Amino acid sequence: MAKLAYERPIINRISAGIPDKFGMQSRIRPIPQIEGLSVEELMKKHGSPLFVLSEKTIRDTFRSALKAFETRYPSVQFAWSYKTNYLDSVCRIFHQEGSWAEVVSRFEYEKALANGVPGNQIIFNGPHKTRDDLEVAIENDSLIHIDHFDELYTLLEIAGKSVTKPKVAIRVNMDTGIFPRWERFGFNYENGEAWDALNRIMLSGKLDLVGLHTHIGTYILAPSAYGMAANKLAQLAINLARKYNHHIQYIDMGGGFASKNTLKGAYLPGTDTCPTFDEYADAITSALINSEIEPDHMPTLFLESGRALIDDAGYLLGTVVANKRLPDGRRATIVDAGVNLLFTSFWYDHQVVPAVISSQHTENTTIYGPLCMNIDILRDAVMFPLLRPGERIVVPRVGAYNMTQWMQFITYRPNIVLIDTEQRIHVIREQENQNTFQTSERIPQYLK
Amino acid sequence: MPRKKITIAITGLNNTDNPGPGVPFIRAIRESDRFETTVIGLAYENLEPGIYMEGITDKTYLIPYPSSGAEQLLARIEQIHRKNPIDVLIPNYDAELFTFIKNEGWLRERGIRTFLPGMESFMERTKDNLSSFGEKYDLKVPKSLPLTGAHQVDQLFEDLDFPVFVKGKFYDAYKAWDKHEVSTLFHKISAKWGLPVMVQEFVEGTEVNVIALGDGKGNTIGAVPMRKTYITDKGKAWGGITIDDEKMLSLTYDIIRKTKWRGGMELEMIRTRDNEYYIIEINPRLPAWLYLAVAAGQNLPEAMVRLALDEKVEPFHAFKSGKMFIRYSYDLIGDISLFESITVKGEL
Amino acid sequence: MRIKKSVAVSENGFVFDSSTGDSFNLNSIGREIVELMKNGSEQSEITQKIVERYEVEPAIFEQNLMDFQSMLKQFNLMEE
Repeated sequence: MAKLAYERPIINRISAGIPDKFGMQSRIRPIPQIEGLSVEELMKKHGSPLFVLSEKTIRDTFRSALKAFETRYPSVQFAWSYKTNYLDSVCRIFHQEGSWAEVVSRFEYEKALANGVPGNQIIFNGPHKTRDDLEVAIENDSLIHIDHFDELYTLLEIAGKSVTKPKVAIRVNMDTGIFPRWERFGFNYENGEAWDALNRIMLSGKLDLVGLHTHIGTYILAPSAYGMAANKLAQLAINLARKYNHHIQYIDMGGGFASKNTLKGAYLPGTDTCPTFDEYADAITSALINSEIEPDHMPTLFLESGRALIDDAGYLLGTVVANKRLPDGRRATIVDAGVNLLFTSFWYDHQVVPAVISSQHTENTTIYGPLCMNIDILRDAVMFPLLRPGERIVVPRVGAYNMTQWMQFITYRPNIVLIDTEQRIHVIREQENQNTFQTSERIPQYLK
Repeated sequence: MPRKKITIAITGLNNTDNPGPGVPFIRAIRESDRFETTVIGLAYENLEPGIYMEGITDKTYLIPYPSSGAEQLLARIEQIHRKNPIDVLIPNYDAELFTFIKNEGWLRERGIRTFLPGMESFMERTKDNLSSFGEKYDLKVPKSLPLTGAHQVDQLFEDLDFPVFVKGKFYDAYKAWDKHEVSTLFHKISAKWGLPVMVQEFVEGTEVNVIALGDGKGNTIGAVPMRKTYITDKGKAWGGITIDDEKMLSLTYDIIRKTKWRGGMELEMIRTRDNEYYIIEINPRLPAWLYLAVAAGQNLPEAMVRLALDEKVEPFHAFKSGKMFIRYSYDLIGDISLFESITVKGEL
Repeated sequence: MRIKKSVAVSENGFVFDSSTGDSFNLNSIGREIVELMKNGSEQSEITQKIVERYEVEPAIFEQNLMDFQSMLKQFNLMEE
């Protein structure tokens, strides 16, 4: 007689009040494959942990975002936010799709040039640009988004000696009814600082004022905030047209669109609350179209969305190292991918799922990373099935920020593979090794 | 006239010291001359008293919390719907409304009717939007500011005086007398209900409420003002009396007309000594004291179910003032086997 | 160590400890094991019976059993 399928014995306490999940559909849905390729095979070939990116998802997501805006507004230009994910292959996919580059440091600026982006299609943002950075950007005809008066003065000084007229925009911060307000970047709208900066630029005659920029925050769930921001930038554009008969070429709404990840502290999951591109596009384009900007001078709409375009395309795969029972009876599962690789787990409750499950029974589990550090927690108190050492886990939606903010702490950073649109696998960043570090370290003679 | 047979599914069976509107809603609909109702209780927790009360639900199912995602919640509702087809679904918790409003179309496709506010009305009246709501519709509201981190407390009190109310996004409101208390409450409330936590100016006066039902076209189908006569330490009415306050009614009509409110509503107001009315909260559902309105002559649950079924409903024009309610507690006796059924099978 | 006398297990795996008022849920294999324990089966007997019926390596089952029994202890369902 055939034996019955085995399932580990489980006992759960029923607390008064808290509903039990028995008899209900399980909340765990495994991810055995990515773009049709087996998670197990991917890791056998390329190691664990492993980052996987789907080119198809990147392109599909980008196209749906572009469509949302282009069907509502005559002229739209995306610029890929390098800081969100500056792997060259990723940047090149976005550039192929028509994105310009949005950079916030010299490192990123040089990367964009190396990726073949023409200088005049690079937007240089951020509070820290050295004099040398500015000179190079001017030489390449890049778009410089001024963050503060000191930068403006430096630019005026350089412009006095330069042959090319620097192309500039200012970054504007404002009240859009949401919190926190990102007041530390750019010039304030409400107190007149932004208007003051614009007047100085116009009256100097030395700079070519081409645009207006704002970036109201990050993970913004309220499309209406963008509407309000677009409205305020439009007002500045109208004032410029009235006073100087000067028409700016673009309005850059920055980024900050949410992804479907769930923020810590949020009651409802991100999959339920995250607005669609259509909702953001509707709020922004309605504000611009309904403004008093003359139809002949409608500025191009720039968008620097990062997170919302790449998060869904990234997966982090890992392997269970061990299981433990904590003194208070809670289950702990240790996996080989921790906060060193998943920096965003500091603010998201990332979904962590098994690649394969044999049982629907779950238990209150804390999932720890491999670091010898108390803060290395991927998920605290999540209902999770018991996996055996060697079994695989998948963390979906990790494409944004993790591959730029990761830490090289006590171990090598792993391979990153890209699955192209024909299901071929490409290693786009190799796992680090001793050599990676030896090349940049120098040992003084007496320690040799 | 023979009564029409319908099945309604309803949440909010927590008839505790912080009661939900489920049980009184069922009581009202069971008294209707128009409907012969089968009631399916939907409970999030296995000790919601409505599950165990005699003559309340015909059948109760446990459902997963909205925080586990719409997909799971809807899958469970679909499963229940296949066993006991649902005509009308009445959600009763603020925390679940977002999910149900967003999926109204999905429910309708399956033949499940609701009568809920539109997403825009629902969002613009949230506690963190109260100030702009007041501005938009020209209403007096207490000054209220969102708190997203405990470090903002100092900054906040450049604009506010003590005492203040500290409120959770969905529930919970506490009075605080100093910054330290505000910080403590911030942590407590944000852990439970997320961000932001609202800090609201304390307006001195009498707390008065209106229960109302809007048809979604700007008409008020019914409205009954009430003054709380006894308030629990959680700020909930433990006793109340209907009052004939013209100004409260006209304020209510005005809000429903301007917002084209659809569905049940509870307006919480403070009447100051100078007879000014401050709106302190707009709850997007009928309140737990809804049976008082029924007793005063307006069966709003019945009207709401009729609206959900696309029936034409004439507005109520009158109610009896001086009707009062007094809540009481009563120990229901059950056996562990009932508890076993709801926890193991998820239904009773 | 054995299961307390006050612990009752229903057919659906609902556990009620009448001495403490606590209640628990067992999955079906958990229920089988608790029944075996209540009937006084030794560890080796339990392992043998389960391994005969289910698709599982004895070593893995023994690990799971140890963990399961530590939870029974943690939940105060056992006595000397």
